[in-house]
Amino acid sequence: MTRRFNLYHFASPATFYPLAGALIPWFAAASVLFGLAGLYLGMLVAPTDFQQGEGYRIIFIHVPASWMSMFIYLVMAFWAAIGLAFNTRLSGMMTQALAPTGALMAFLSLWTGALWGKPMWGTWWVWDARLTSELILLFLYIGYMALVAAIDDPRRADKAGGLLLLVGVVNVPIIYFSVKWWNTLHQGSSVNLTKSSMAETMLWGMLLMAMCFWMYAIAVAFARVRTIMLERERHTDWVKAILAGGEK
Amino acid sequence: MLGVVTAVIARDLKLAMRRQADIVSALFFFIIVVSLFPLGIGPEPDLLRKLAPGVLWVAALLATMLSLPRLFADDHRDGTLEQLALSPHPLGLVVTGKVIAHWLVSGLPLTLIAPVLGIQFDLSTEALLVLTGAILLGTPALSGIGAIGAALTLGLRGGGVLLSLLVLPLYIPVLIFGAGAVDATVSGLGGEGHLSLLGAMTFASLGFAPWASAAALKIALE
Amino acid sequence: MIYWNSFSDFLHMGGYGLYVWGSFGVTAAVMTIEPILVARNRKATLSRLKRQMRAEARNTAE
Repeated sequence: MTRRFNLYHFASPATFYPLAGALIPWFAAASVLFGLAGLYLGMLVAPTDFQQGEGYRIIFIHVPASWMSMFIYLVMAFWAAIGLAFNTRLSGMMTQALAPTGALMAFLSLWTGALWGKPMWGTWWVWDARLTSELILLFLYIGYMALVAAIDDPRRADKAGGLLLLVGVVNVPIIYFSVKWWNTLHQGSSVNLTKSSMAETMLWGMLLMAMCFWMYAIAVAFARVRTIMLERERHTDWVKAILAGGEK
Repeated sequence: MLGVVTAVIARDLKLAMRRQADIVSALFFFIIVVSLFPLGIGPEPDLLRKLAPGVLWVAALLATMLSLPRLFADDHRDGTLEQLALSPHPLGLVVTGKVIAHWLVSGLPLTLIAPVLGIQFDLSTEALLVLTGAILLGTPALSGIGAIGAALTLGLRGGGVLLSLLVLPLYIPVLIFGAGAVDATVSGLGGEGHLSLLGAMTFASLGFAPWASAAALKIALE
Repeated sequence: MIYWNSFSDFLHMGGYGLYVWGSFGVTAAVMTIEPILVARNRKATLSRLKRQMRAEARNTAE
């Protein structure tokens, strides 16, 4: 019984709001530090790639952005499952706070992929399995955000959005493998973005940048979820206390 | 258990027969969209033969989308849906019946007309057969996945556009294997692999989608 | 330690400058603008909710 109580206690917006507020500066600082270290290693120290020249340096943001776009979708699906199973208010707010950042990560992955592809493949866009899947992932994010935006009742929006995320997450591997299969049938232009064996500094640069993106996503999502909480819980005592207290 | 499904199918078919214009409109939409492509890209038979599977499949996806918003909307408006949700029968079975009925009035007519349209694109007899088989196997999956979208967007403003935004990305595997089956046949590789994957997808979605739709309906009805 | 010989080499990126800096520039812009938008939205929401609360308080007082 106590454990159940604790779970609900932690998941209650009144507790999570100040916690998130206290954590945001730390995540933001971590993101900046990881970013500086990653950029230093990746842009200044790492040697050139003998196959791709200096153009390969795009992977220091392309790969983290792609990872984060997929990871955020999984995290959203995780929160959606928790929300549908335990009916917690926090989960729906978290998925909504994460979605725009995930969509932006998918966009950045496509943008940097195109800028990488132009010098490497000689064209901005190739229907490569990964780029295509990333595009579809962006569509899934947009669908989720459109659905949630169209529903006025927040509780229905949470649940309907959560269900869509679960359906989406079941479909993502099916989509990925079908696109991959389609791709290998139609053309063999699978030049790999990360195939060449990487020097250790390159790998470290990429991991540090991935950490930077991860911390960034957490900080932004926490900041966004705090606004959503205020909006949703505006009639509760704890929000009224915050509003009366004159927090900026 | 089967009784519920067949009763729902019979009821929905009866209702659909009262609105035959809807079925015919969707069918003509399919025919017109497919016929627009040769006008847009030129009449060279080689090019058309190459494009046919993709064009027919994309048009089939869009034609299926047309009738999806009505899948639950009418029952929702007159309160039947709430009664069905409160009835002792599992809502998933009811939705299964509605999905099958939807396929009978949307997917089946598309299947029947597809070979005729394939002739417009100069497809060989073998390719026509595979095309028809692929649409026959694939369209039930479209109805099933579409039902989830229809349930999620039930009663929302801009439901139709929103529905296509949600559902079309999920249709991509069906599109790939459906069009791929014909492509593979034309290029001599044989489309059996594609067709069996398409069949697997249809079975999976018919087993899974009605229950997801039922959950979405319960959310919408709360 | 540092791989580059000169700053102009660094900017040139062995001929890939446009692509590399185009990627990093847009990413930096996105990662700057998104937090600003979030912060703005937060400010707007806070002031709107405060106004609403005051209006409600006035209504109940009357």
